[in-house]
Amino acid sequence: MSREHILHRIRTAIGRSAGQPPGVAPPVRIRVPSDDATLSVAARVSARVSTMLARVEALAGKTYSAATPDDARAFIAAAIAGKTAVASNAPFLAECGISNLPGVRTGIADREQLRECCSTVDIGITSADYALADTGTLVMLSSPREARLISLLPPAHIAVVPRERILSGLDELFSILPKAAELTSSMVLITGPSRTADIEQILVRGVHGPGEITVVAVG
Amino acid sequence: MSAVFDKKIHQTLADANLQLAIYTATGRLKDKRTESVAADALPDYQELRTQANALKKHAIENLDYYLEEFERNVEAHGGKVVYCKDSTEVSDFVLGLAKERGVSLIVKSKSMTSEEVDLNERLEHHGLEAVETDLGEYILQLGRERPYHIVAPALHKTRFDVAAIFEKELHVAYETVPEKLSQIARGVLRQKFLDAGIGITGANFLVADSGAVVLVENEGNARLTTTAPRIHIAIAGIEKVIPRAQDLAVFLKLLARSATGQALSVYTSFLSGPRRASEIDGPDEFYVVLLDNGRTKLLPSRAKRQSLYCIRCAACLNTCPVYRKIGGHSFPWVYSGPIGAIITPQFMGVSYEPALPFASSLCGACAEVCPVKIDIPQVLLDLRSDVKKAETREKKNRLEKLSYRMFAWMMTHPRVYAWAGWIARHGPVLNIGPVRAWTSQRDLPPIPRQSFRDIWSRR
Amino acid sequence: MGKRVSLFVTCLGDQLFPNAGMAVVEVLERLGYAVDFPKDQTCCGQPAYNSGYREEARTVARHFLKTFESSEHIVVPSGSCTSMIGHHFADLFRKEPETLARVEALSRRVFEFSTFLTEVANVDDVGARFDGIVTFHDGCHGLRELHIREAPRRLLAHVRGLELREMQPAEECCGFGGTFSVKFAELSGAMARTKLEAIVQTGASAVVSLDSSCLMQIQGALSRAGSKVRTMHLAEVLASR
Repeated sequence: MSREHILHRIRTAIGRSAGQPPGVAPPVRIRVPSDDATLSVAARVSARVSTMLARVEALAGKTYSAATPDDARAFIAAAIAGKTAVASNAPFLAECGISNLPGVRTGIADREQLRECCSTVDIGITSADYALADTGTLVMLSSPREARLISLLPPAHIAVVPRERILSGLDELFSILPKAAELTSSMVLITGPSRTADIEQILVRGVHGPGEITVVAVG
Repeated sequence: MSAVFDKKIHQTLADANLQLAIYTATGRLKDKRTESVAADALPDYQELRTQANALKKHAIENLDYYLEEFERNVEAHGGKVVYCKDSTEVSDFVLGLAKERGVSLIVKSKSMTSEEVDLNERLEHHGLEAVETDLGEYILQLGRERPYHIVAPALHKTRFDVAAIFEKELHVAYETVPEKLSQIARGVLRQKFLDAGIGITGANFLVADSGAVVLVENEGNARLTTTAPRIHIAIAGIEKVIPRAQDLAVFLKLLARSATGQALSVYTSFLSGPRRASEIDGPDEFYVVLLDNGRTKLLPSRAKRQSLYCIRCAACLNTCPVYRKIGGHSFPWVYSGPIGAIITPQFMGVSYEPALPFASSLCGACAEVCPVKIDIPQVLLDLRSDVKKAETREKKNRLEKLSYRMFAWMMTHPRVYAWAGWIARHGPVLNIGPVRAWTSQRDLPPIPRQSFRDIWSRR
Repeated sequence: MGKRVSLFVTCLGDQLFPNAGMAVVEVLERLGYAVDFPKDQTCCGQPAYNSGYREEARTVARHFLKTFESSEHIVVPSGSCTSMIGHHFADLFRKEPETLARVEALSRRVFEFSTFLTEVANVDDVGARFDGIVTFHDGCHGLRELHIREAPRRLLAHVRGLELREMQPAEECCGFGGTFSVKFAELSGAMARTKLEAIVQTGASAVVSLDSSCLMQIQGALSRAGSKVRTMHLAEVLASR
């Protein structure tokens, strides 16, 4: 069996025996930057939101900072006017009244229906489990509340994120979520719209994933 | 060097358009990388490199342990691990599964490992349609070419080249605007994603404590490849394993910056197993092929096993003054650039292309930019010694061996050395190989009548 | 007592670039050093090592050890030779602990010329004068193995009348690489010509470097291109008055 053959070759080459415990691993290196302690909690959260949105814009994404869920709802209503959209089953979208906006399909739990819908609509609307401020990244875990295809097949993606979900960066993500695999089969970090520079290094957006991304921070 | 190698180098150097394309493209990637790891952008850069090197060293030195841990965790999440010792076993596995499940269309995202095992050729030979979905790889597949660069496979192609390929193979109107070309590809490939029965990817990292495959990309084709079809197969070299998910806090900070100068690539997917019961979409079946294909040959040498630390960022290609002149197709195997130069002789044997480790000025720019601190120049020096030892054994380098023996003898007999120097400087310029090679490209230095020791002795 | 240094002029320096070696002597004597030249010196063995002939390289390295073992300080007008001695001798004698110990003791006393001036002699200003615009070429071994970047620039900054202009892109290999220059001649030539573009862009009338090997490559390419730009070893600039 190739398994035994390969493992045996490895052990022989590196001088280990079957069942031998590993040597001591280098310690985990996670450095969560501390926020400016002179600011109030509210100010710190505000600073994170600003940084997050600025990074998204630097990647040619669109952003909106909504003061309230109603504010977010109004913004999205305007953004999707005249277009077709599908919204994920995220409770936060329902709380904001976004999932039941006219023209928005939601509540899809069947894979085939979802695929059919996502292949034809103009916009996919999701929430996000987390966002990373320093890179302008959305963190999406696949679940009954968030299907994978909604942020992937439609040519535009709008993500509505409660501001408490915005983390400082990768380090904070891996420190609070050391084993995403226990929760989901798919955790995707989304940083800007789909792009390629495969032809003469010229940047083209929206190759396979959405070419337009909008991040709405709420609260 | 072999005539083939020599010819390919010469042809590339003689093609002015190609020279410009390679130099400009790699220059851009090189400059973007430099900017993204500068002190004001990533102050911890050097420390992260040191840590990444330590993590890879540890993983490789305990490789069997981490592969088994990875396997247990993949299976715990409902996936399956298949160990394959060579390309035949990989294609046999894929073909077998495709047949069992009645699959005739496969979509693939960019994977150098699958290039390494000639997977597409084998699948096509057996009547399967295997479509590359990364734009650069798709262009090459249509044009029936090998990748030119580890990260930017179609780096050598102009928009006119692409227009011609699309016109011929896709029967569309001749179109040179890159955005429009991308839209054409997107249109064709969309349906392929939705119709395919199997999605095949590589893996940037295999995470042992999570049984997870990490995929890093910008287009979204890897996400589609691993979401739309019912079956996902990830093919990865055994050296891709890292101990913990948290180690990604180190590696992800280095990979995209080193490759393209991005803080993070657009999509980073962390996939463990088929979709969970309550998830709405995702594959029903999840396989990880752990490929040897010669990697175990690189393990025994303590000095050379660092070649397996590579995370395939291609920073070494972009910075290498040799690669930037001779390009990817001059190299004899699928992996090009400095990393290709050190792993090819180790995988294929030093006689595969004995000149390969010598095609370097040992400038060390590669080692300076390698995020996992592989000492590429040192490995090249070790391989040079291996080549000469093999040639000496096979008696292929008699004349050269003799001349270095004479060199050593002369250099331990100072008066002979001084006398030989005098003769060389006062005699006619010998029309021997090395002199002709030198003067083919540049002028000889003015030859002084007195050596330093002559002048010194007259003080 | 007194300040003594031994000069390892290198095989290339001895046979083809004696003026650079004499300039090193001049600068060191100006600074009050007594310079000796161990007559048995020949080569550091790098050509054999780089070509994969380790046994032959070891033979030459042992001769170097013998010749220089009793020297207090050894100055070398070459980054690549210094790096061979300081870094790669240890690799050659990994399996010979006694020789390795001698190598390690010796390596601590071997200095590339500009490093010696700035770190051992502790001078930045050697009282030189050179009118002209120059550009500095960082030889790869000196730059990346010995981490020499500041020392030559500090020394040049104190040369009266000299204007230093940096190349863009900087730190690119000139394409010499020892036997690489003849084994892969066309490629080496192409790399040299790219280097030339950067040099010419600076408008400098001279290229300065720590390594005569790089200068030989660059000068050969400049001359073939019909350029009036000249090459000078750092020592020659520092010896100018």
